[in-house]
Amino acid sequence: MGNYLGVTKEQQEEMKHVLNIQSTDDLYRDIPDSIFQKEGTDLKEGLSQLEVIKIMKQKAATNTIYASCYRGAGAYRHFIPPIVDLIAQKESFVTSYTPYQPEISQGILQIIFEFQTLICMLTGMDVSNASVYDGATAAAEAIAMCVEKQKKHVLISETINPEVKMVLKNYEFAFGIELEFIPEKNGKTDLHALPSLITENTACIYVESPNFFGILEDLDTYSTLVKEKGIKSILGVNPMSLGILKSPSVYGIDIVVGEGQPLGIPLSYGGPYLGFMATKQELVRKLPGRIVGETIDHDGKRAFVLTLQAREQHIRREKASSNICSNQALCALRASVYLSVVGPNGFRQVSNSCAANAHYLAEEMFKIHGFYRGYPGEFFHEFVSVSQIPSNDIIAKLEEHHILAPLPLSENKLLWCVTEVNQKEEMDFVLSLLKEVSEDGIAI
Amino acid sequence: MELLFEKTVSGRQTSYIPELEVPFYQYEDKYLNEQSLDFPELSELDVSRHYSELERRTFGINQGFYPLGSCTMKYNPRFHEQVASLPGFCDIHPLQSLESVPGAKFIYEKSEELLCKITGMDYMSFQPAAGAQGEFLGILLIKKFHEKNGEGGTRSKILIPDSAHGTNPATAALCGLNVVTVRSTNEGYMDLNHLRELANTEIAGLMLTNPNTLGVFDPNICEITKIVHEAGGLCYYDGANLNPIMNIARPGDMGFDCIHLNLHKTFSTPHGGGGPGAGAVGMKELLKECYDEVWKVKAFHGHFLVVVRALCYLLTLGEKGIRDSAVQSVLSANYMKKQLEDTFTIKQKGFCMHEFVITLEEESKNYGFRALDVAKAFIDYQMYPPTMYFPQIIPEALMVEPTETESKETLDYAVEIYKKVYQDLKRDPDSAKDYPKTTPIHRPDEVSAARNPKLRWRKET
Ligand SMILES: Cc1ncc(COP(=O)(O)O)c(C=O)c1O
Repeated sequence: MGNYLGVTKEQQEEMKHVLNIQSTDDLYRDIPDSIFQKEGTDLKEGLSQLEVIKIMKQKAATNTIYASCYRGAGAYRHFIPPIVDLIAQKESFVTSYTPYQPEISQGILQIIFEFQTLICMLTGMDVSNASVYDGATAAAEAIAMCVEKQKKHVLISETINPEVKMVLKNYEFAFGIELEFIPEKNGKTDLHALPSLITENTACIYVESPNFFGILEDLDTYSTLVKEKGIKSILGVNPMSLGILKSPSVYGIDIVVGEGQPLGIPLSYGGPYLGFMATKQELVRKLPGRIVGETIDHDGKRAFVLTLQAREQHIRREKASSNICSNQALCALRASVYLSVVGPNGFRQVSNSCAANAHYLAEEMFKIHGFYRGYPGEFFHEFVSVSQIPSNDIIAKLEEHHILAPLPLSENKLLWCVTEVNQKEEMDFVLSLLKEVSEDGIAI
Repeated sequence: MELLFEKTVSGRQTSYIPELEVPFYQYEDKYLNEQSLDFPELSELDVSRHYSELERRTFGINQGFYPLGSCTMKYNPRFHEQVASLPGFCDIHPLQSLESVPGAKFIYEKSEELLCKITGMDYMSFQPAAGAQGEFLGILLIKKFHEKNGEGGTRSKILIPDSAHGTNPATAALCGLNVVTVRSTNEGYMDLNHLRELANTEIAGLMLTNPNTLGVFDPNICEITKIVHEAGGLCYYDGANLNPIMNIARPGDMGFDCIHLNLHKTFSTPHGGGGPGAGAVGMKELLKECYDEVWKVKAFHGHFLVVVRALCYLLTLGEKGIRDSAVQSVLSANYMKKQLEDTFTIKQKGFCMHEFVITLEEESKNYGFRALDVAKAFIDYQMYPPTMYFPQIIPEALMVEPTETESKETLDYAVEIYKKVYQDLKRDPDSAKDYPKTTPIHRPDEVSAARNPKLRWRKET
C-alpha cells in the first residue's frame, strides 16, 4: 500500500528511457541469478497509515502503564516538562545527521557544545564528549580509555548495576582484559579488600555511587586509595543525585560516566537513552566519539565544529579510540533542554525531592512490623528492604493497585526507588498496603 | 549566536514540581555539594526561542535534498514520531515483567519476523544501539564461534576490504582481531586472487559491505563467501547499504552468517542530528548458541522506540513497497549519475546501485578546486552536500546517495546545480574558497579548533 516514493510511474518510465533500459531488473546485472529475487506476485502489500496507527495504538494499549512506580534500578520515572518533548520533535533536529557540514549545522553543533558544557558543570570535570549509547557502554568506553598493552587488569565493584556488569563482562571477552570484582560488604564496596586486589597491571577501577542498592559509596577513601597506587579511577553516577550530592571532581576522579536518562528522557522500555562521559583535560585525546569545539570562521565569527577527529574511526580506522559513529545526539538535546528549563534551582529542588521522598518512605516503612532496612549507609533515592513477608506477596499486593512494585532482589529483599513524582498521598497509600500485608502475613 | 549560558539572568526560573510535602532530608556535610551549579537560569520562553533559533541553523531533510552517501537520508515518515510517543510505548519500564508488556513483545517479534525474511537470516537481535555496535556484536559472535570450536587462539585475523567503512576495522580491532586488508579491483570489486591468498586457517572471517562503499554490487559475492567458508572463516555483512537490494537479494543467500542493519538508514528511522539509531543484528542458526553468551552489548533491550518506528515503516510499505523503494533508490541514483557523467568523473562505469562516487582528483590538480569546495558551493542552493572524502581509497571523493523518496524535480534541480557549480568553479577557481556565501558562518577554522581545543563554555573570571 504505502510507500514514500518521490517519483511517479510516468516519471519512472522517463528515467528508464534516459538510462536506455526496458526493465529496472537491468540495473541489477551484477547480482547473480541464483540469488536474484525477481519482481514477484507473492510480495505482500503494505497497509495504510490509518491502519498502521490503529494497530500500533492497539498494541501500545496492551502494555501496562502503572499509575505509580517504585522501580528504578537503572531507569527512572521523573517529571519531564512537556517543552522537552516539543523541542526534541523539531523537524530539523529529528531529521538531520551528524553535523559534518558546519556551515549548515551550527544548530546541532551548538547544542552539542552546550551539552558538553552542561555535563562538565554537572560533574565538575573539564571536558565531555557528545554522548555514547548508554550508561553501561559509557562505563565500558571509560575502561577502554585506561587499559594499555601491559595494563589490562580492571577492578570493578560488586555493587554496580547488574546490567552494567553484564555489558562489562562482554567487553572483557572482546578486549581481552581481565576483570576482577571488589567484594561487596553491607551493600557497599568493601574498600578494605581493595588494596590487596591491586596489582602492577591494574589499569583502573570502576565504582558506582549511588550504587545499585542506592547506597553512597565512601568516595573519599576510594579516591585516596586509588591515587596512592597511581591507578585511574572511574566513577558511575546518577546525574539526578548531583543536584545535592558532592561533585565527583572534588574526589579527584579521572573519568565520570553515567546514564543520562533521568534528565528528560522517557522510560521507553529501556531505550534510546544517553551515555555521558566527562574527564580531565589531560585525557581528552583518549575520549571516544564525537567532540564539538568552538572556533572562529573565515570572518572571525564564533563557529562550532566537530574536532579532535584524529581519535575517530573514520580517520584512524583500526587505531581509533573507539568504533562509535552514530551516537545519541537527540537524547543529549533532551538532557540539555531539561537542564536549561529547570535551571540550577529547579534541578536542586528535584534532587532534594527525590531524596526527601525516598527517606520519608524508608523511615515510615521500617516502622512497620516485619520490615527492615537491607543495608546501613547513606542513600539517595533507592534503598533495599528486607521483610518477613515474601517479596512476591508484596509485589502482588501492589500490582492489584496498579503500582509497579520495587525490583525483587531475592525472596525477601526489594529494591525501592522513589522520585519527585511519588507524592506523599501515594506513598502513604503504599505504606497502608504494606501494613495490611504485614498484618495478614504475620498473623498466620 | 549566544550560548544558553550567556543568556542567563540570575533568579529567572519556571516551577515544575510541588513544594516538599514530606520533611526535607538533610545529608551530612561530607556528602553535600557546596559548589553552585552553573546551569543557565532562563524562562521557558527564553529556552523556546533559543532552540527555535538553533533549529533555523540546522539543515534537515525537511529543508532540502540531503544526498549524504552511505547514510540513506530518506524521508522519515512523521506519523512514526506520533506512534513512538504513545504513552503505552514511552511510559513502560524496562524491568517490568514480560507479561505486562505484550505490546513491546509484539514490536520485537514482528520486526524480527519481517527483517529475517528480508535478509534471509534465522534470528534478529535488537540489542545494538547503532551500526557500529551491531558490528561489535557480530564480531563477538564470530569470535565465540571459533572459541567454541577450539580455534579461539588461532583464528586472530579478520579480512576487510580497503573500501570498508572506518567502523569495520575499528570494531575488529576492539575485539582483539588483527585487520588484514583485501584489495579492490579497478571496477571496485573484491580482488579474488588476493582474497584466496589471504584466506587461511588464521582468519576468523570477513567483514563486507555489499553493495560496497563504491556503490557497486560484487558479482562474485557467492564465490567470496565460499572462499572464506572453505578456509573455516565466517562472513559478516555490514548492512549499511542494504537499501538498494531489499527484497531483491538477501545477504543470507549470498552466504553471510551474520549481519547488521542500520534501522536509521534503510528502515527510515530518523538520524536525530547524529543519533540515536539502532543496529539490528541478524544471524543464522549456527550462531544462536554463541548469541546466548555474548548478546549483552548494552543495558536493557536496545533502542525500543527506534524499533517501533522501523516496524511502522515495514508495515506501511509491505514487502512490495520495500522492494519498490529499493528499485527506485537505484533508478534515481543512476538517473542522476547518467546526467552528471558528461561533466564529472564518476568511478562506476556501468550501473551503480543506490549511490555513486564522483572524484575531483583531476580538477584539484589541474584547476586547484577540491571536492570540499564543490561540496561547500552546493550549500548555497539549499541542499546538503554529498559525503566527502569517503571511501578513502578514492581521492577527492564525493559520494551521492539521492534515495528513493526524492522527487524527479529535485533530482533534476540537483543535476543542474551540480553542473553549474562545476562550471563556475572551473571558470573561476580562485573563488573556490568563497563558498558557501549564504550561511551564517563561512569556513570555520578547523585547524585551530583542534590545536587549541575549546570544548566547553566557561564563565569569564
Ligand atoms: C558502511 C557503513 N558501515 C557502518 C556504519 C556505522 O553505522 P552507525 O553510525 O550506525 O554506527 C556506517 C555509518 O555511516 C556506514 O556507512
